[in-house]
Amino acid sequence: MTYTGWILLTASLVGISSGIVGVFLILRRMAMMADAISHTVLLGIVTAYLVTKSLSGFHMLVGAAIAGIVTTFLVQWLHSKGVQQDASIGVVFTTLFALGVILIATKVGNAHLDVQHALMGEIAFIPWNTMEVPFLGKIPIATFILGIVLILVVTVIGLFYKEWKLTTFDPALAASLGIPVLAMHYIFMTLVSITTVASFDAVGAIMVVAMLITPAASAYLWTDKLLVMIGLSAFFGVVSAWIGYYFALWIDTSISGSMAFATGVIFLISFLFSPKHGMLSNWLKPQAGKS
Amino acid sequence: MNILEVEGVSAAYRKNTVLNDVSFSIPKGSLTGIVGPNGAGKSTLIKVLLELHPKLSGNVYFFGTSLKKVKSKVGYVPQRGSVDWDFPTDALDVVMMGMYGQIGWLKWPKKIHRKKAMEVLDKVGMADFSHHQISELSGGQQQRVFLARALIQDADLYFMDEPLAGVDAATERAIMAILRELKNKGKTVLVVHHDLQTVEDYFDRVLFLNRTVVAHGNTSSTFTTQNIEKAYGGSVRWLKEGIGIVGTHLQ
Amino acid sequence: MSVLTSSNYLWVLFSTLLLGVASGLVGSLVYWKKQSLMSDALSHAALPGVAIAFLLFQVKDFFILIIGAALSALLGAFFIMAIKEKTRIKEDTAMGMILAVFFGGGIVLLTLVNRYSSGNQAGLDSFIYGQAASMVESDVKIMSALAIGVILIVMAGFKEWKLFLFDPDFGKGLKLPITALNTIYLFLLVVTIVIGIQAVGVILMSALLIIPPVAARYWTHSFRNMLLLSGFFGGISGAIGTTLSAFGDGWPTGAFIVLISGIIFTFSMFFGSKKGMVVEFTILRSKKKELQSYSVKGGRG
Repeated sequence: MTYTGWILLTASLVGISSGIVGVFLILRRMAMMADAISHTVLLGIVTAYLVTKSLSGFHMLVGAAIAGIVTTFLVQWLHSKGVQQDASIGVVFTTLFALGVILIATKVGNAHLDVQHALMGEIAFIPWNTMEVPFLGKIPIATFILGIVLILVVTVIGLFYKEWKLTTFDPALAASLGIPVLAMHYIFMTLVSITTVASFDAVGAIMVVAMLITPAASAYLWTDKLLVMIGLSAFFGVVSAWIGYYFALWIDTSISGSMAFATGVIFLISFLFSPKHGMLSNWLKPQAGKS
Repeated sequence: MNILEVEGVSAAYRKNTVLNDVSFSIPKGSLTGIVGPNGAGKSTLIKVLLELHPKLSGNVYFFGTSLKKVKSKVGYVPQRGSVDWDFPTDALDVVMMGMYGQIGWLKWPKKIHRKKAMEVLDKVGMADFSHHQISELSGGQQQRVFLARALIQDADLYFMDEPLAGVDAATERAIMAILRELKNKGKTVLVVHHDLQTVEDYFDRVLFLNRTVVAHGNTSSTFTTQNIEKAYGGSVRWLKEGIGIVGTHLQ
Repeated sequence: MSVLTSSNYLWVLFSTLLLGVASGLVGSLVYWKKQSLMSDALSHAALPGVAIAFLLFQVKDFFILIIGAALSALLGAFFIMAIKEKTRIKEDTAMGMILAVFFGGGIVLLTLVNRYSSGNQAGLDSFIYGQAASMVESDVKIMSALAIGVILIVMAGFKEWKLFLFDPDFGKGLKLPITALNTIYLFLLVVTIVIGIQAVGVILMSALLIIPPVAARYWTHSFRNMLLLSGFFGGISGAIGTTLSAFGDGWPTGAFIVLISGIIFTFSMFFGSKKGMVVEFTILRSKKKELQSYSVKGGRG
């Protein structure tokens, strides 16, 4: 495959995984948790490096997933101790992120870790960092990991689709039917962390927030069916990745920033022109009613 | 046999005790109204019984055993305000959620579940709305969908949290007709209720709750002015909140 | 230790101390308005404004840059409100979206700035992670002056803020200009954010607003004391954090400030005299004992 092909494939995988996870994320009102996790992932990566002294993708994936779960747990715990939900999110992630930044800037400053890279990603380098995979041949490591993550996301969401739906819509009924609501909450947050970490090489930790939230929010304006919303959200994620890539190429700027911005453009279009919930139709409706 | 046995249950939200030493038992085939002033712990009681909120002390027995063993026999209708009605789903789908326990893990709902959900929707008079997005329904219609979702669980014991709050008169009649039918079939129903005026018409048993059980028994013998005063804390407050009852009793 | 005696360091220390106090005070208002994460969204949303201001004027003038930042943050706030009110999308989703999209846009523009502009453009990167050492004396003066202004406005309207936050409806009855207060509140929030972004960075700026008031709550039930304590915590975090970051070359000031306030928070959470966990635990235990004795008595009777 060509250089551009690999980049587009990698970014599309991010778009699909985040698009699917993102739908449940916004319906569960956990959008800001994604923001929090995307920051604390940094601490997870640094800690994984400090413990193992290696920069392998696998170690980082585990470290970051643990950081994600710890974040979720701490936020939940602070909230149960009487701190407002969003204040507890704010306290936890900023402190852990600051710790991560300090560890990088002081102790592990000479490692190949840098904050810039973790937050912005460097998708342009991905096609050169390859590995040998049986049957598939030489493929970029990041692409391979993202492929695995996509399979994981689709499997976990697909197998427990109706449980995800019910725990999201009505956790009280779910609990009374014997579905382990809290355990599913943590599983979901793990899924969010894994998606975030796997995407961090490609689009960077903060950009993945855009990919998680915005396409799902756009899809929410177009449909009233959950399955359709999931499909649309994944589709918007892929489209944003492509538009973002070519736009960045055109004006020669940050690819991941441009992809994040593209998700915003798609949202703006949805916000204005969606047939049911768009500004234009809202504006036309009362007019039609009056005449 | 008593379907439900509650012994000395207490519960708290952080530092505030909401329920204190609550004990009562519910016989099979009864239709009980749980009444009490705002903040008396009515919703909390149901949540504690269903293990959705932790209890500090006490024991609860369902069908003589623990809730875990008889979960499929217990149905629950949460307050309408407890969910986000903007959720992307339609009425039929919400009703099918009641069967998720029966369908079991890893399986997707099948045609037969869909058919059964349609039948129940029809029963609550909502068949024409099966494919409407749930935010497009009125408050009464949403409540009927919730009721249908509970009916489809085919439970023996139902807990309903304010099913008659904010619904139109037609829905109120429809819901009460269904509750009576459930009772006639030998099912047991507990309803958190807010309107003292209708207690005598609707329920054969009444439970006055204000942090603890103030009075409990057959409506005819228990629904007295003294008990209402006791539950609602003094005649002044009672007059304000239960103004309707004054008229009926004076007559 | 020569770093600590240089005059630039003292200036910067003074300004981050003031910044800490100002954000601690404004943060208390933010906490009771339940907008902690809104402050996070707005500080991220300030980034593109910095880049646009620089692209337009081609000078790294602190005052011009923070005006750009303020306008861009306000635009973000406007979008969040519009999305929340006009669609069924919830506030947290709207905030997350604006945060990420504006930040992405900011990165796109900053990359352009770094590519096409000559001179000391690299200074703009400090707006992302915060670098107090990059501030020159004029920056420090503007920042300090604005911080003092914010502090005075919050302190002057103390009882009005209290009413505004706890019972706006009652306040309306007393002819309190709620709309005007809302505008002033947003103005204070945005000013505090933009004066802090060079020293602390857009990513961590919100921490200065969020953490001190939460820590202060563990020590007091009074709004007034909470406000003062929060300002105090913010001030020490600013001062100690800046001092620590001065010991290493290129150490990020913002991260140290946030870490210090995080430590203050953790200590308060355990040992706070009003809501600290040690105190709460004692209360809960006596509550349980009380209940037990109650049911024992009830059983006998």
